Amino acid sequence: MTNTPTPLAPERAKQLAAEYGLKPDEYDRVLAILGRTPSQTELGLFSVMWSEHCSYKSSRVWLRELPTKAPWVIQGPGENAGVIDIGDGLAAVFKMESHNHPSFIEPYQGAATGVGGILRDVFTMGARPIANLNALRFGMPDAPRMKQIIDGVVRGIGGYGNCVGVPTVGGEVNFHPAYNGNPLVNAMTVGIAPADRIFYAKATGVGNPVVYVGSKTGRDGIHGATMASAEFSADSEEKRPTVQIGDPFAEKLLIEACMELMETDAIVAIQDMGAAGLTSSSVEMAGKGGMGIELILDHVPQREAGMTAYEMMLSESQERMLMILKPGREAEAERIFRKWELDFAVIGHLTDTGRIVVRHRGQVEADIPLAPLESEAPLYRRPTAETPKQPVLDAASIPDPVGIEAALLKLVACPDLCSRRWIWDQYDSMVGGQTAKRPGAADAAVVRIEDHRRALALTTDCTPRYCQADPEEGGKQAVAEAWRNITATGAKPLAITDNMNFGNPEKPEIMGQFAGAVRGMAAACTALDFPVVSGNVSLYNETEGTAILPTPAIGGVGVLEDVAQAVGLALPPGLDLIVIGETRGWLGQSLWLREIAGREEGAPPPVDLAAERRNGDFVRAQILSGAVRACHDCSDGGLLVAVAEMAMAGGTGVSLLPPPAGIPAHAFWFGEDQSRYVLAVSDASAVLQAAQQAGVPAARLGKSGGGDLVLPDGRSISVGSLREANEATLPALMEGG
Amino acid sequence: MRAGIVIFPGTNRERDIALALRQVTGRKPDVLWHRDTELPQGMDLVVLAGGFSYGDYLRCGAMAAQSPIMRAVKEFAAKGGHVLGVCNGFQILCEAGMLPGALLRNASLRFLSMDCHMRVERADTPFTNRFQRGQVFRATMAHGDGNYFADDATLDRLEDEGLVALRYTTPAGEVTAAANRNGSARNIAGIYSPNLRILGLMPHPENQVDPLIDGTDGLPLFESLAASFATA
Repeated sequence: MTNTPTPLAPERAKQLAAEYGLKPDEYDRVLAILGRTPSQTELGLFSVMWSEHCSYKSSRVWLRELPTKAPWVIQGPGENAGVIDIGDGLAAVFKMESHNHPSFIEPYQGAATGVGGILRDVFTMGARPIANLNALRFGMPDAPRMKQIIDGVVRGIGGYGNCVGVPTVGGEVNFHPAYNGNPLVNAMTVGIAPADRIFYAKATGVGNPVVYVGSKTGRDGIHGATMASAEFSADSEEKRPTVQIGDPFAEKLLIEACMELMETDAIVAIQDMGAAGLTSSSVEMAGKGGMGIELILDHVPQREAGMTAYEMMLSESQERMLMILKPGREAEAERIFRKWELDFAVIGHLTDTGRIVVRHRGQVEADIPLAPLESEAPLYRRPTAETPKQPVLDAASIPDPVGIEAALLKLVACPDLCSRRWIWDQYDSMVGGQTAKRPGAADAAVVRIEDHRRALALTTDCTPRYCQADPEEGGKQAVAEAWRNITATGAKPLAITDNMNFGNPEKPEIMGQFAGAVRGMAAACTALDFPVVSGNVSLYNETEGTAILPTPAIGGVGVLEDVAQAVGLALPPGLDLIVIGETRGWLGQSLWLREIAGREEGAPPPVDLAAERRNGDFVRAQILSGAVRACHDCSDGGLLVAVAEMAMAGGTGVSLLPPPAGIPAHAFWFGEDQSRYVLAVSDASAVLQAAQQAGVPAARLGKSGGGDLVLPDGRSISVGSLREANEATLPALMEGG
Repeated sequence: MRAGIVIFPGTNRERDIALALRQVTGRKPDVLWHRDTELPQGMDLVVLAGGFSYGDYLRCGAMAAQSPIMRAVKEFAAKGGHVLGVCNGFQILCEAGMLPGALLRNASLRFLSMDCHMRVERADTPFTNRFQRGQVFRATMAHGDGNYFADDATLDRLEDEGLVALRYTTPAGEVTAAANRNGSARNIAGIYSPNLRILGLMPHPENQVDPLIDGTDGLPLFESLAASFATA
């Protein structure tokens, strides 16, 4: 047996380092750490651990600014997922993660394995997954390959989620040409665990066995993490072999087997093999515990013959987990995994050396100190350039070219506002029997916890066009909208996960967007007591040098003590409609401006965080008091679109009151002022009086009933024709022609 | 009523079925493992729940139909035992030869997850005695392969012998093509065995049993079963 790895020839090593994505100064650091030239396996380990995807080397200095603490936070960022206390002795475990690059190259498998990966991040902490959500950004449907990408992504998310039996209960979709060459697929999973029984990744106990469970290791996904850390070019198609293949059936078995083993106390630490597979899971677990780890790759279950150490360490084969067991508990654990027809192998043990040693066929293939590999990855404070502020548009100077009715019909049919039914209808949103508000029924999905009255309200939100115009206001707005959507169901918002999707961080204007978005998010999280407990960063979202819109997608979680208190947006007849919050008619960056006036410009609507909090707390209290029969926030498309959406969901009309003097009608109805809600109540005067006492702006908007949306001037649109326009768009785009 | 739910690798609606059964019986159903070769004594009802048994990587239900427990389930049915197969369970019953016909890919070639309405074709069976004949109820459907197919002779026999249990209809009970989203022959959503003790259906009435979640349209099916065994 050889006890030192065989170094590559120096010139070859340098060349390979560049191929694996290491910058010259990073490679010099590798040489200094090892004191010699690395072996191929060692070079592979450094390159994936130090990739942007695994090390967060460009984003970490900024992410530190985000608030991560609250009395209900059990585990903040740094673990596989965030954990919060939701009462009744329960914890919610959740995270959102991107699979952008793989989904562009191979839409079905890219999206499917995105769902699989985020599920594992959650159940590895001991939580049974109870809901999936997603945040999708596509290019325009007529862009090259885009229909195929949309179709593949939707089928992939459904194919995986439906099979594992976790309901897909919510999400959001935007379309914009900036995503033509780089769509975004962000998947979120929420799970439930006993609050006093969370599993962590910190490995302890010299000699404790390192156990591999799940599917076999193959040659798929090698260097996936490196691929996700570079821009796209015309030859990206050639990267298809770096995309992994998902097996949701194996994942389902893995969930059940892990849940069963977690009922015992045999596990010391556990982590899924996600990006950079065996490398990141072993390095991170041992690193977090301050241990060393020794792996014998001959024992790794392998799908194909003749795999090298380099290939096994970098494979991103799916549905695999790594565990540290208590000594002597191997047989008990193996019995459970065999029962579920999964592979189980002891592939090494913990040491006290502080090093990772990888052995294969009697050779030491890698021998690296863990600390520099895991926690001393390079850290960059890259230069930033602020996004120039855009002027605030004066609504009075923007004429209305088409009138209110025509604009409304066009807006409810535009890709960003049309019905998402074509997508939801392919996702099982009901499996589990706990989905109280399914997609489209409320501003946030509401999922009850089995055998409890308690329920979670879940949402994903971001308005990328606001972030593009003003990253700080956009970041603030993304967090505020998640908080608002949870509030609109009656739930108390508790915490978020963030999925930061940006372009190439080496460009100062991109890094400026990132820094600005974080600043805005941090302000909103602080003002709303809505901390970040987990997250993911996806950079280099560029193709041929063109970046996506900055997209800090927010996944929010809130709690309702009693599922019976949840309200949806479907409007019943015979009620008064009230708008909460101040309407000024802000047209800058509105969908009306883009879709009707053909302009994407101006400053986005600012969020007054004090007003946000005051308005939201008032609305929630009114809902919990039982005064509110339906509630919907005002977001994309403004007030009239919000009313139309409530009318369409409830199948009932609305007669609207005239807007106040001083605001042009189109700005009043379609402006996107923030922090507003539409409430349907049976006793308007009581609610208006309470609002006045609370210092919350509130005004009558109209009355529900009949089959038409009747404008103040007496002109009307039938709810049926609105629905028709709203429902026709996606099927026509996807199934037509 | 003593009920058991079979767990195959990939079964995923067993919790939903258990909730529905608990709602009407107040007790937890037994869990039956696919490798078991016999059923516990005193079983009144065996349920094959929804999911993706063996990943549905072969024809849906084909692998599960060959598993050890299915021999026991067949013996149980042959002795007059009651069996309910929902979604993947219906596919397994067809693959096992316990019900005629097959479930093909949905006509749209897409997974369909949505509400559907079904008309109860007869109300004198152990599964439907708490419904009215002709009653229409709403249920979740969630499947990729729910397009019921059989040859015309088989379909005629099912009709003649009153073995069509449920048909996809409009909320008003009309049998239309638009109401038949998966393209099933003659809008068939569920069928009985000749002794009316085996029911296979594609939609999930177990998801409509709780007023706090999504209404109780599906509850009469489970109440019917509970009533059948309370008086037996």
